[in-house]
Amino acid sequence: MSPPPNPPERSTRRDLERYAGLFSARTRVMTSSATRDLMAMSDRADVISFAGGLPDTSSFPPETFASMTARIADESCARALQYGPTEGLAETKHCIVDVMAAEQMTVDPDDVLVTTGGQQVLDLVTKTLIDPGDTIVAEGPSYPGALNAFQAYQANVVQIDMDSDGMRVDMLEETLDRLESEGRRPKFVYTVPSFQNPGGVTMSLPRRRRLVEVARERELLVLEDNPYGLLRYEGDPLPTLYSLDGGVYVMYLGTFSKIFSPGLRLGWVVAPPPVLARINLGKQQADLCTSTLSQILVHAYFEHHDWREYVSALTELYRARRDTMLDALAEHFPPQAEWTRPGGGLFIWATLPDFIDTSDLLAAALRDNVAFVPGEGAFLDGRGRSSMRLNFSGADQEQIREGIRRIGEVIKEQVALYGTLTGESAPAPPRHDAVADAAEHGEAEGARVVELPRRAERERRARRS
Amino acid sequence: MSKVAVLAGGSSFERQVSLRSGARVEDALERLGHEVIAIDAGQDLIRRLRDEQPDAAFVAMHGRDGEDGTVQELLEILGLPYTGSGVPACVRAMDKVLTKHLLTEHGVPTPEFFAFNQTAFRELGAADALPAIEQRLAFPIVVKPSSQGSALGIKFARTAADVPSALVAAFSYDAKVLLERHVDGRDLAVSVLDGPDGPTALPVVEAVPRDSEQGDFYDFQARYEIGRTEFICPAALPDGVTERAQELALRTYELLGCYGFGRVDLMLDAVGDLYVLEANPIPGLTETSLLPQAAEEAGIGFDELVGRILESAFGR
Repeated sequence: MSPPPNPPERSTRRDLERYAGLFSARTRVMTSSATRDLMAMSDRADVISFAGGLPDTSSFPPETFASMTARIADESCARALQYGPTEGLAETKHCIVDVMAAEQMTVDPDDVLVTTGGQQVLDLVTKTLIDPGDTIVAEGPSYPGALNAFQAYQANVVQIDMDSDGMRVDMLEETLDRLESEGRRPKFVYTVPSFQNPGGVTMSLPRRRRLVEVARERELLVLEDNPYGLLRYEGDPLPTLYSLDGGVYVMYLGTFSKIFSPGLRLGWVVAPPPVLARINLGKQQADLCTSTLSQILVHAYFEHHDWREYVSALTELYRARRDTMLDALAEHFPPQAEWTRPGGGLFIWATLPDFIDTSDLLAAALRDNVAFVPGEGAFLDGRGRSSMRLNFSGADQEQIREGIRRIGEVIKEQVALYGTLTGESAPAPPRHDAVADAAEHGEAEGARVVELPRRAERERRARRS
Repeated sequence: MSKVAVLAGGSSFERQVSLRSGARVEDALERLGHEVIAIDAGQDLIRRLRDEQPDAAFVAMHGRDGEDGTVQELLEILGLPYTGSGVPACVRAMDKVLTKHLLTEHGVPTPEFFAFNQTAFRELGAADALPAIEQRLAFPIVVKPSSQGSALGIKFARTAADVPSALVAAFSYDAKVLLERHVDGRDLAVSVLDGPDGPTALPVVEAVPRDSEQGDFYDFQARYEIGRTEFICPAALPDGVTERAQELALRTYELLGCYGFGRVDLMLDAVGDLYVLEANPIPGLTETSLLPQAAEEAGIGFDELVGRILESAFGR
């Protein structure tokens, strides 16, 4: 072979360095990691994935979609293809008023800004309120997508423990006192009170009341993120923080993603007028306006179809899947594991003995073609390493049973190996038989307080001493 | 010019890195004027290779299947010239335990270690030997899966209490794991490139963790997180260390029987002793990978590097 002709004219590495010098400091936190590469494996077709947060859009009737788009082409083609106002179209806001009314909230359309998905609300609120180094208080675990948005604006995030009644508001108050004594005043508290992502727990009414009081007493903003409130599978609805507060200190984040379609990228924020005006400015800079086509589509849907009926069909579907997953967990996970029992939403949070690192467990699970989200991404302080988030909306019941069985096998193997290594007695043999018995066990687990151990903290202390 | 199949992806945990390596190789090969067929190695690998009838395969796969001799074996059966090491070298290099035994037998320094299969613990009570191992290696001890290519599953045990969970983690990736004496010092990587005059060692790259708190557990993993590690090439090393590191890398490369290209990772301890940790028969070829950086430092641009690796496929 002769040496290659046209010798390279440029160096890719030098290019990379040239660009690297231009990156902002805030992109420094946007690191890639081995775990993320591992997560990418869960997209493989042969993998049963509990890793996503995907609603089941396959249950939406295509003929409904066709009639909506035909109607738009007939009636509002030019408008649908045009820019719109930054705050959103009036008719879309009416749909939003409707959705919020379904959860007993009364809202003035003027207090609403339509956004490109709920994720944009997280970005805009953070952009509006946070300078580098400012503090945000969130739940632990928190939605990783929110943590990423907060980190991108270089916020300090303090995470408050949860139990089966949601955020420990007493600990929130202690933390606020401590922060105050350090001269730090958090800009806002971020919470998903109903069917929390990833925790799967719901904040109790007394805690909701107390949180709203705390916000008023301390003149602190709260961002209530409520994507799943209408996906309730049991029990009575609880008032939202927004309705308890009346919109003075509580900002409200809503979305059409889980009740209609995440593909439309349509969400909204409700905030006190002075805050909303600032958010509006940020929205103008970000993307001028939310997709007019999506907004008109939602309106066409709400106008001519019963959106509540679709939500109740989804609710039936997801309830059955949740029940299947809870039963499968009780049957296949070892007694050392515990998990939350969500009354709605899309996620179960399971916690394993602390000698199991769920990122490593994921590697073993992927060998058996099953995936989940390791818990570490839901914390910024090293906690969550023995926990996992399991989504039950995106897989059918048969896949759920099989997938949980496979994960259970891998966990049991690791528990047995640990027992062998430490000389501790091997765990009780798996109970494949008694399903009724297992269901009981699941309920007991659900009722128990879900303590989320501060393992990293403990290790750090131990090392110091 | 040749028709070249670039094999990337696959189903190993390093799939993402491999896809990035493959994409860069494809671009380079096209700039060099070759006809490129990109193949994400899967069920249809053999069928596609038979259909396309390329002149050679450029293997840009990392980890399981791509780097452990599996794909190489298939390419041998097809009689297709391919880049990089052959089957035996891949099998040896991918298995850290085999590599380390080979190095030890030939007097190449590598950190002291003990390796076990899961059955040793399950059926032969190896747990009872752990105190003796811990005493011999002294804490901290590095626990790692024998075959995993990236940093996945590598744990750092500071006390005896950390060892069982570290072993559980390592066994998530492989049925064989090793416990290794930790060498505290500087992380070095020496890439090797074959040429008409045989293999040459390229300039040494040093990996320096960026924002580290000294002695923090997460440091160890931070080394492998993109953006948290800085790579310096050529590494600023005391007199003679560069030459010794290159010598050891070449010796390792030859002992394993590597071919075409490869990378050897070493540690330099506080008193100036060097230890070989492992060898990678198909090191990363991404923008941030070490081999392309080292080649660049030696005056070999990426396209030329890819061209030379391809050429070696025909000269085996």
